Amino acid sequence: MTGSEVLLKALENQGVELVFGHPGGAIMPVYDALYDSPIHHILVRHEQAGAHAADAYFRASNRVGVVFATSGPGATNLVTGLATALMDSSAMVAITGNVPSALIGTDAFQEADVYGITGPVTKHNYLVKDVNEIPQIVAEAFYIASTGRPGPVLIDIPKDIQQAEFTGNFEVAIDLPGYSPTLVGHGGQIKKAAEAIRRAERPLLMVGGGGQVASDEVMAFTKQTGIPVITTLMGIGAYPAGADQALGMPGMHGTVTANRAITHCDLIVGAGLRFDDRVTGKISRFAPKATVVHIDIDPAEISKLVKAHVPVVGDLRDVLPRLTEVLEPLDIGPWWEQLSEWKGKYRERYKTDKPLVSQEVIQMLQDATGGDCVVTTEVGQHQMFAARLFPTSEPRTFITSGGLGTMGFGLPAAIGAAFARPGEQVVCVAGDGSIQMNIQELATIYKHQLPIVIAICNNGMLGMVRQWQEMFYVERYSEVYLADANPDFAKLAEAYGIEGHNVFDRETAARIIPEVLAKGKPVLLNFVVYESEKVFPMIPAGAGVDQMIIGDQEPDEEVAEKVEV
Amino acid sequence: MVHRHVISVTVRDEAGVLVRLAGLFARRGFNIESLSVAHSETPGISRTTFVVAGEDATIEQVQKQLQKLINVIKVVDHTDTAFVDRELMLLKVRVQTPEDRVEIRQIAQDFRAHIVDVDRSALIFEVTGDEGKMTAFIDQMRVFGIIELIRTGRVALPRSATEQKTKPKRPSAEAA
Repeated sequence: MTGSEVLLKALENQGVELVFGHPGGAIMPVYDALYDSPIHHILVRHEQAGAHAADAYFRASNRVGVVFATSGPGATNLVTGLATALMDSSAMVAITGNVPSALIGTDAFQEADVYGITGPVTKHNYLVKDVNEIPQIVAEAFYIASTGRPGPVLIDIPKDIQQAEFTGNFEVAIDLPGYSPTLVGHGGQIKKAAEAIRRAERPLLMVGGGGQVASDEVMAFTKQTGIPVITTLMGIGAYPAGADQALGMPGMHGTVTANRAITHCDLIVGAGLRFDDRVTGKISRFAPKATVVHIDIDPAEISKLVKAHVPVVGDLRDVLPRLTEVLEPLDIGPWWEQLSEWKGKYRERYKTDKPLVSQEVIQMLQDATGGDCVVTTEVGQHQMFAARLFPTSEPRTFITSGGLGTMGFGLPAAIGAAFARPGEQVVCVAGDGSIQMNIQELATIYKHQLPIVIAICNNGMLGMVRQWQEMFYVERYSEVYLADANPDFAKLAEAYGIEGHNVFDRETAARIIPEVLAKGKPVLLNFVVYESEKVFPMIPAGAGVDQMIIGDQEPDEEVAEKVEV
Repeated sequence: MVHRHVISVTVRDEAGVLVRLAGLFARRGFNIESLSVAHSETPGISRTTFVVAGEDATIEQVQKQLQKLINVIKVVDHTDTAFVDRELMLLKVRVQTPEDRVEIRQIAQDFRAHIVDVDRSALIFEVTGDEGKMTAFIDQMRVFGIIELIRTGRVALPRSATEQKTKPKRPSAEAA
């Protein structure tokens, strides 16, 4: 057997059925072996898209995604995808070819220091030096990627090793003395957390991406305690957005209720999250009255940004049930009265007397699907609207680049999600800027006739940047105008063999959305929307959660005056 | 509070491990004052000693991030523990007159510095000790004219008989 055959066999042993990738010179032996392998390969049109698809494959299914790329440019094209996966704790394994061992370090054709370049954007990476190490390295890579806090792992394999004759065996033993994730929470800490929760008069549960694997445990905990719940961008779907106890998303573009709840709560339980700056705003103004209970599997996240009064390191699937077991329903009537008042008063608002706006389009998608689909998003205004108006109710169904904020993520992510969940409707909510960053993947979508509806909220602008320029750069609109050179998106889709429609008004939008969703095949909808619409509420960068701007020219006086920090 | 920290990191001896460690310090904006790396008592395991200055909270965060690296086995901050540290220095000093030579040799004896190379116009000394001793010796030699010197950076081990597992409760004894 050659190294390439061993690699594919080792992947099969890990249960891999499908990989995304793009061939090239230094990985040709692997692609040659793939010709005879039962592993299904999805040819993407850009390696970055392959990385995002593999990432989304994991997010949608909890099965490790795999991507292949060649040396040099192929591998460097993966970097954004790896960084995206690392930031959002997504398990994937990237396999890259490299130039033959003897040429490494000689600036050979298509050579790059991939091991060095990808170190900071992976959970771990390998440069294979001996063909007989391949089974062990592959097993370790999958183990590291999928256990503890998930993350991307890269294996770089020089071409001569892909071709070398294997003389080893497939027996593997995971022996990593420097790696032992803490899964079981400390009993004493859990007891302290329970005591703090019992004492609280205004408690709050904040669920992050870690909740995607623990939605049952989150549900049981919230049912038992009656605690109000906010879900971060990464936590959407871990707790149903429509539930009575749900207050929505916190942070820069969070709901008024969620952000006010943070300001006024006396206890916050952060579960499976890392208190990202887009959630906390200015740290000194974040939950100033609260005792912070922080439950996370990664000890390095505890007290990194927000000081944890009661840290609990462990898997939510272990910690939450143990808390649920010892807690009684909380007596927090007055707190709920306050929250309900805010929740009733501050609903999503947007004007429908102007031209079509993104929010309407996204609300129509929500109404037409009932949230029963997989949503992927690009990055920008449409992403924030989707997070608030189109949150899915099942875990692993809202797939977005949260930490890195990668434009170009949504379309390839839709491909990964479609392969991870065959037969399910996928909706990719995009902007006209983001969609063009990986638009070539329309070819991959056409080829496999994936049931993806691509909804572009096309305002002819880089909308989020435009919004900041309007609000914070005295309307100096620098390099955000796209409309004068945007393609005709419907024609572009058709050029790829995909049904496309340009939609200019709300009547057509309301008619066409349910129509295309029923088709079970790829459709691109280009909604031409009002160019100056802004995302509100908004917390300006560097401001506190209590310093929201609720609507245009409408600061949240009610909170700002009450809070002393 | 900004303090200097002496941090030992035990690592699996693999290609690229030093890049990972150094990269982590660099990413958090730390200046490594000194760094030494060599094999430990166990084959395949190396022990490194970093000296860095930083806010206590940030240093704690860096330690946690170091601990996250797959080939890092153990991280110990010696700052609040009793530990022994040494470094080695080679110092080349100018010898201009026979009187200088006598005086230099006398000072060197007081410091238990060994002569490792003799030239008509220069001497090279090997000195081991803690940081204070290094500084004092350098000061003494400066008047004669230091041609060049090189230091290994500090290496450190905790004092207790057993291997150091976690932060002990003993107050700092020799912390810099």
